[in-house]
Amino acid sequence: MVFGMDDLLQEFLSETGENIDTVDRELVRFEQEPNNREILRNIFRLVHTVKGTCGFIGLPRLEALTHAAESVIGQFRDGATVSAIAVTAILETIDCIKEILAELAEKGQEPVGNDEVLITELLALADQAKAELSHRLPENGEPSDPVAAYLTRHGSPLSEDELDLVFRSAPGPERGPNGRIEAPATAKAADEAAPREVRPGGSATLRVSVDTIEHLMTMVSELVLTRNQLLEISRKQEDVGLKAPLQRLSLITAELQDGVMKTRMQPIGNAWSKLPRIVRDLGAELGKRIELVMEGTDTELDRQILDLIKDPLTHMVRNCADHAIESREERLAAGKPEHGTIRLAAYHEGGSVTIAVSDDGRGLDIARIRRKALQQCLAQEAELERMSDAQISRFIFHPGFSTAESVTAVSGRGVGMDVVKVNVDAIGGIIDIASTPGVGTTITIKIPLTLAIVSALIVVAGKQRFAIPQIVVRELVRVKAGADHRVEQINGAPVLRLRDRLLPIIALSALMGAAGAPTDDGFIVVTQIGERQFGILVDGVFHTEEIVVKPMSTKLRHIPLFSGNTILGDGAVVLIVDPNGIARLVGAAATVDALRVETPAQAQPPAAEKTTMLVFRAGLEGVKAVPLSLVTRLEEVDAGEFQHSGGRVLLHYRDRLMPIIPVGEAAIRTEGLQPLVIISDGELILGLAVDAIVDIVDEVLDVEIASMSDRGVIGSAVIRGRATDILDLAHYLPKDDPGWLSGRRSDARPIDAAQILLVEPSDFLREMLGPVLKASGRQIAFASDFETATRLAAHEAMTCVLIDLDRTPDAAFTFAAALRASASGDSLRILGLTSLATPELHMRAAQVRLDEVIAKFDRRALLSELAERKSGMRQAA
Amino acid sequence: MSKHEANAPAPGAASAAAAFGESLDYVTVTVGEQLLGLPIGRVHDVFIANHITTVPRAPSEIVGLLNLRGRVVTAICLRRRLGHPVAATTHSDEACELVAVGIDLGGEAYALIVDAVGEVMRLDQSTFEPVPVHLDASWAALAAGVHRLDERLLVVLDVDAVLKLDLPVAA
Repeated sequence: MVFGMDDLLQEFLSETGENIDTVDRELVRFEQEPNNREILRNIFRLVHTVKGTCGFIGLPRLEALTHAAESVIGQFRDGATVSAIAVTAILETIDCIKEILAELAEKGQEPVGNDEVLITELLALADQAKAELSHRLPENGEPSDPVAAYLTRHGSPLSEDELDLVFRSAPGPERGPNGRIEAPATAKAADEAAPREVRPGGSATLRVSVDTIEHLMTMVSELVLTRNQLLEISRKQEDVGLKAPLQRLSLITAELQDGVMKTRMQPIGNAWSKLPRIVRDLGAELGKRIELVMEGTDTELDRQILDLIKDPLTHMVRNCADHAIESREERLAAGKPEHGTIRLAAYHEGGSVTIAVSDDGRGLDIARIRRKALQQCLAQEAELERMSDAQISRFIFHPGFSTAESVTAVSGRGVGMDVVKVNVDAIGGIIDIASTPGVGTTITIKIPLTLAIVSALIVVAGKQRFAIPQIVVRELVRVKAGADHRVEQINGAPVLRLRDRLLPIIALSALMGAAGAPTDDGFIVVTQIGERQFGILVDGVFHTEEIVVKPMSTKLRHIPLFSGNTILGDGAVVLIVDPNGIARLVGAAATVDALRVETPAQAQPPAAEKTTMLVFRAGLEGVKAVPLSLVTRLEEVDAGEFQHSGGRVLLHYRDRLMPIIPVGEAAIRTEGLQPLVIISDGELILGLAVDAIVDIVDEVLDVEIASMSDRGVIGSAVIRGRATDILDLAHYLPKDDPGWLSGRRSDARPIDAAQILLVEPSDFLREMLGPVLKASGRQIAFASDFETATRLAAHEAMTCVLIDLDRTPDAAFTFAAALRASASGDSLRILGLTSLATPELHMRAAQVRLDEVIAKFDRRALLSELAERKSGMRQAA
Repeated sequence: MSKHEANAPAPGAASAAAAFGESLDYVTVTVGEQLLGLPIGRVHDVFIANHITTVPRAPSEIVGLLNLRGRVVTAICLRRRLGHPVAATTHSDEACELVAVGIDLGGEAYALIVDAVGEVMRLDQSTFEPVPVHLDASWAALAAGVHRLDERLLVVLDVDAVLKLDLPVAA
């Protein structure tokens, strides 16, 4: 025997795994095309191969299961009607086989267990089919098929020997030289759409460990760099003798690079292999008929990327089946074919791969998305009016946005397209959506071919060069003072007029901490990240280069501006700019001040967290600050536009009257420009008049809580070495709206009457979220640890518990689960707070039945979650 | 630089020294007036670093990134790590040449920028002492012990501690 037992088992596991996956797919196909004898033969052969191999290595449980499944398939092969029940039973068997295989792989032996029920079921199905067959056979014997004819003649019951005979007449498994049963080459064909040519001779493939390939890839990357360096040197020299061999080296290196890249490539069909089964099962569960069409399954992609997009794709297909495809009746009523179609297509386009997931379902409900966007304050009503349907549909990528009002078991809750978008962003991809009501929806994802080598634009800012990934670059605009395209400023924030739109500009040199004002002379790299477009101002642009991405040093990974580094042809190390990191900065900051580099932080305790604060001057008493996350917008308006009525100052702002309230002792100006900090919540909007916006800073805050007499101030903290008052926004919220203020007026009420409990270990966040929660008009209790929290949550007035999931996720989930299981648990609204919502977190949240997971600084989502509940209570009252 | 033939360490070696395995060979470097020793087993190579790419927003101890034979190396200024002042112009000029000691940690390459590299010394266990108790806490954390030499003192650096920077939490 060539193999030891372990080798044999290993070989068996990987081979059987592949075979079983193929059976999975083939069965689904067969159910749709019950008359396709080719598929049936294939399934037959595969199941028999598995059974034979199991018997050979001595795995009785697996053998019994496959045998039972085989006898049912045998009846189909004989011409019995293919029922959905039978297919489901076989698929179930396959699941069971998979489980056993998994355990076998782990422990090296078959787990103990009883499959009696399943086997009895399968045998009953086989009997039933047999009975049906014996009634029908006399009139149609199908003599054209020799195997069926054989079975007809010999009738039932089929003995093992007879079945074997049948298989010998079908093109079946062959015994290899070592006596093992080998799967025929066609069994391994990964895609069923295109018939693949059978490879001559033995297997032309080799299993190589991923590590080996990764190592090869690293070495080739080094070779490319060395070659680039050599080329650079030879350019400066006139040595002819050197040029020719160098030319050859260059060519060979390029070919080698291509070759190694290819070994990392896998057909995208591999990532899709589980989808037919998923769609079939979903269809059965939802009572819909859904067809899955896959195009371009052999489009090749880097293995690493393939792994990363597998889950988002599965999620999208599930979404299609669950939400997009209408029920059978609806479809018929709309004059569409009874069965819905989900189409997956992949193709190469330039240096990237485009994947499209489309369906012929009902399309997106634009009106509902618009409503929801308004409700979540993602845009003003006037803005929404002006938006095209395409722009509105992109809101579904917004964090926390989900239109599914009815929660079904299929898509789960909370995890929506926003998570898909985060995953696609992570690999430097671009996602977009197009939808036509009643006709269908198409989501396209454009992703780079590989993560290891990317095409990048080399730019210079200040004295340094940087690389910007080409995939995010939309265009380059030359700007010059006095020219057509020039950079203009709004309160120090540079913008560019581009095709009748204002493009926010970020000077790369300022971002990188270069001193001095950014020059007006240079290039704007117009960048698009999701729906956000912005320009990066650089001093010069060199060229586009294929760069080998090297990961950032662990000591530097915390800097959000860079995604990695690379070595250029001249040997210099160049940092790769992460446009996502910059986009986040653009989103968070309204002025360029935010991007000014802070002085290097002193050694801080690693647990300390930073908060982005807007610092401004108001009145004589030094500076004040408010967390930037609570600010909607910064504006500067002409004081002449203010209207005075009834002792209040109002401003006509975005089609509404906005009250203007001075902060502290600041006076509202009567002439000139008045800087405003705009705060809004749902219908409420107000402008805080301040003397000047000073800066936006990231600081670890240690807030000293102010005494009760200090109205309008939570406390003070040291920001940039200066004592700064932290504003209590609740104080400035409109006093004539009872909803906003009721919480404050009853400050004296004892804590045990609290209705909302906030469990948050960070002192600062507790202080910061406090006023926000109070603004919802209810009593708040705080807990910094779970013990206190358990005690407080037990009070009967409690309606809502907010739990921080970041600091100690495990303890938080345990606490949430215990809370849910408690006496009043079912009526309690339990919300999770996180600053980083991963799919895993959402899954765990669903497991312990959290009502919602909210981004920590998403004040709007938080308030709307609380408001949702409140309105319900109002109705009850 | 010369290196003596390695002899078996003296039996009954001090336990503090045993933390460095069998080796009592040190690559000596100087920062300011202080003579420091790096266990030879941890030192990959000694080289002249030039063309350092500074990394905006990086911790102050990190001088930047450099290319050492196709590897990207993170350069850490030992002077700054030890709390000594650094002349402002020293590292900002890309073309300047700095003496660096190459060290690997966790599969990543680091370069410790020092003032100068001296000879390799083989020292006896008997001259080794733990870190004096009154040493500044930031120094004590980075030092593994002291060797009494005839003329001066050699502070043995704990390489892992030197490379363990306090990093701000990722935003």
